Amino acid sequence: MTAATGGGPAPATTARRVRGDGVDLAVYEQGDPSRPTVLLMHGYPDTHAVWDEAAALLAGRFHVVRYDVRGSGASSRPFGREPYALDHLMADLRAVLDAAAPGREVHLVGHDWGSIQAWEAVCTMRDRFASFTSISGPCLDHVGLWTRRMIARPTPGNLRRGAGQVLRSWYIYFFQTPVLPELVWRSGMARPFAKALEIGEGVAPRAGHPARTLPRDGAAGVGLYRANMLERLRGPRDRRTDVPTQVIVPTRDLFVSPHLVDGLAGRVPNLSLRPIAAGHWVPRSHPAVVARWVAEHITGVTGGPLTAAESRGLRRARAVPGRRPFEGSLVVVTGAGSGIGRATALAFAERGAEVIAADLDPATAQRTAELAGLLGPAAHAFQVDVSDQAAMEDFAKSVLHGHGVPDVVVNNAGIGMAGPFLEHTARDWEQVLGVNLWGVVHGSRLFAAQMAERGEGGHIVNTASAAAYTPSRSLPAYATSKAAVLMLSQCLRAELRGKGIGVSAICPGIVDTGITRTSRFVGHGEAGQERSRERAARAYALRGFGPEGVAEQIVAAVRDDRAVVPVTVEARLAHLGSRLSPRLMRLLARVDAG
Amino acid sequence: MGLARTDNAAELERFREIQRLCYQCADEVAATLEPGVTERDACRRMRRWLRAHGVDDWLHTPFAWFGDRSAFRGFKVPTQFLPGGTRLEEGMPYILDMAPVKKGYSADIGYGGVLGENRIWERVDADLAAYRTLILALVRERRTFADVYAEVDALIERQGYQNRHAKYPGRVIGHQVGVIGGVLPKGVGFPFGVRFLQTIGRELVKERLEGRSPLWNGAAQSQHPPTPGLWAVEPHIGFRGVGVKFEEILVVTEDDAFWLDDDLPHVHRWARREAAA
Repeated sequence: MTAATGGGPAPATTARRVRGDGVDLAVYEQGDPSRPTVLLMHGYPDTHAVWDEAAALLAGRFHVVRYDVRGSGASSRPFGREPYALDHLMADLRAVLDAAAPGREVHLVGHDWGSIQAWEAVCTMRDRFASFTSISGPCLDHVGLWTRRMIARPTPGNLRRGAGQVLRSWYIYFFQTPVLPELVWRSGMARPFAKALEIGEGVAPRAGHPARTLPRDGAAGVGLYRANMLERLRGPRDRRTDVPTQVIVPTRDLFVSPHLVDGLAGRVPNLSLRPIAAGHWVPRSHPAVVARWVAEHITGVTGGPLTAAESRGLRRARAVPGRRPFEGSLVVVTGAGSGIGRATALAFAERGAEVIAADLDPATAQRTAELAGLLGPAAHAFQVDVSDQAAMEDFAKSVLHGHGVPDVVVNNAGIGMAGPFLEHTARDWEQVLGVNLWGVVHGSRLFAAQMAERGEGGHIVNTASAAAYTPSRSLPAYATSKAAVLMLSQCLRAELRGKGIGVSAICPGIVDTGITRTSRFVGHGEAGQERSRERAARAYALRGFGPEGVAEQIVAAVRDDRAVVPVTVEARLAHLGSRLSPRLMRLLARVDAG
Repeated sequence: MGLARTDNAAELERFREIQRLCYQCADEVAATLEPGVTERDACRRMRRWLRAHGVDDWLHTPFAWFGDRSAFRGFKVPTQFLPGGTRLEEGMPYILDMAPVKKGYSADIGYGGVLGENRIWERVDADLAAYRTLILALVRERRTFADVYAEVDALIERQGYQNRHAKYPGRVIGHQVGVIGGVLPKGVGFPFGVRFLQTIGRELVKERLEGRSPLWNGAAQSQHPPTPGLWAVEPHIGFRGVGVKFEEILVVTEDDAFWLDDDLPHVHRWARREAAA
């Protein structure tokens, strides 16, 4: 029997039946059988069809095998609890391997219960697997040990993490009750389930998922929980594997806590972690990302050719002791030739990131790249005028093609301008808005698009200013441009949240950088200009807050996904003032600081 | 005229001798540095070596800074400059700084090095070479000391480093040295020699009357053209936990300036690196 999946160019799917451990299993194969085999194992209450999209993507490069686990889809549905114990499931898996990939190591991928089974398989049948990708399905023994650890050291953090998983497991308790779960599944639960999937996970129903057999699958599969859960959690065994393992960790999973991977590296020496801002059904919501990560993992394990971006991705995922927090990340910084930009580039490089330093002045960008290369991986310099749309588009393209999609973009380039509004010319305004606002608009627009397209999340940092919420008669154009950046960042943050892309606005305050020496003080002659610059530079130097302090805050903003970050004391006070008493801030705005 | 006669070749030769003695000491003590040696150990070795070679007084007793202390990281109070128990490790940068007096003639040198390999140190040290050229050129142009200081700062900024000499007492990049005498006892100092303090105190007053200062920094007192005399110049730059400096005597005459000696370890090291590149 042959059936094509959808109307696309995906390789045809062949279906056959394999005799498992006393049951008949429906096995589906795609792609050239001479290629390396990838076995995709579905979870509960799904069938092999949950993988349709990912399988079609993988079938171009691999021999993709799926099967309906006993109790689901077109496979047999034994009655009761005992037939669903892991021993029988492992025997089924062996039968499928013997039939579809005899004598070969396969690359195993599991989601939910498929992943639980896969953990058991890689820990007990090590020699049959070349690699393993786990999604939202922890090893039950690991969960048992993890729970014990949380209880043994009941710190507030551990208790909170433990409680988080207890709450996420509500359905497991329900499944332990007799008869009732089966009744619920059989009495029209399928439709609300599909609805919940659409609302809660953003996964729209399509042919095959949720399956037409859902009421029967749901009822029969309850046996998985009854036969295995309590036993493994009560008496966890020491499960370890040296199969190269990658765990895809959905951070918005409603059923599996992302904290369950804590401490996993102790039992799985070759471990990679791939967090993704997604819900439980990642194979449905992000099939392209899952397929890409599976392929990258396999290529990395088998020593195949990797692009720069791919090998960086693998480095980013690798969980090794002493790993620097931004190891394998690509970080773009504009205005990186001096001040906060340079300090930020260096701070990321020091934490293992590959830095792209962009500046209007190519020599200073080059210098920053050199310094970054001393602290971290080799960095790259670009010359770009952020206010120039065409130049920014070229820049974004060059970054994408030369280095891949950045994980962090810091839109930092900015210029200062001070003086009375009536002395600002239209040209002055164009200049300030061009760099300070349009630069941020272009940077955010182009790189956010790349991040969204890739689907692996990311972070955008925009350098605003304390002037963004501190009105002043002395800084009309500058403060306006920075207020716009602050607002833009917050709007963007709301929009990009769903895509796992964080947006932060940084409001430094008075920081001793070169900006004072390059600022324009309008309404002064050349001599007055110089005097004002000198005076401002002295005042800023006297304040004595260096750009390194801001850079540390930018790194923290990315790490903790903070929305708005006032940095210096004066920036914090002004931030507070702008909320407590805008009237006071307006009064202070009358002080002529120019 | 300050503390030394710059037009007297024989006198300059005496200063050159004591400066060479310092660098010889630095070379020999540096060769004994190995993992586990503390700053105090290193300073003791320098003191003993110099005493054994006829040194009888100090502008200041020897200093040694190991690891990120070479960049004065986290220095808040002056006592942190004093040698401590920090132990040298493989890959660590270090700075030796000594200022002995022998029969009245003094020198003040800084000697940067690294134990084994350190990419950052190599780079910072290579970039330090530019300051020797820059300072000499600006002094020859007879730019004010404050101007030279500002130009050095600008170069540090461009290079992306930190100005570490601003951490010295008085934020000085240099100070006058010369013949040290007086009635106070020799060889007493913690860390500054009392005779040196007496001399520098006297000079501070004398020069002040002329609108100048025996200390060279970026402040208003240094807004004067280079004062003829011998100046120990000590640009000190830092990057992350790595600090590198050199210190040697610059001879400033009425209308010119030159380094007292070009036959020094760091000058040779930079030349070798230049040639290898």
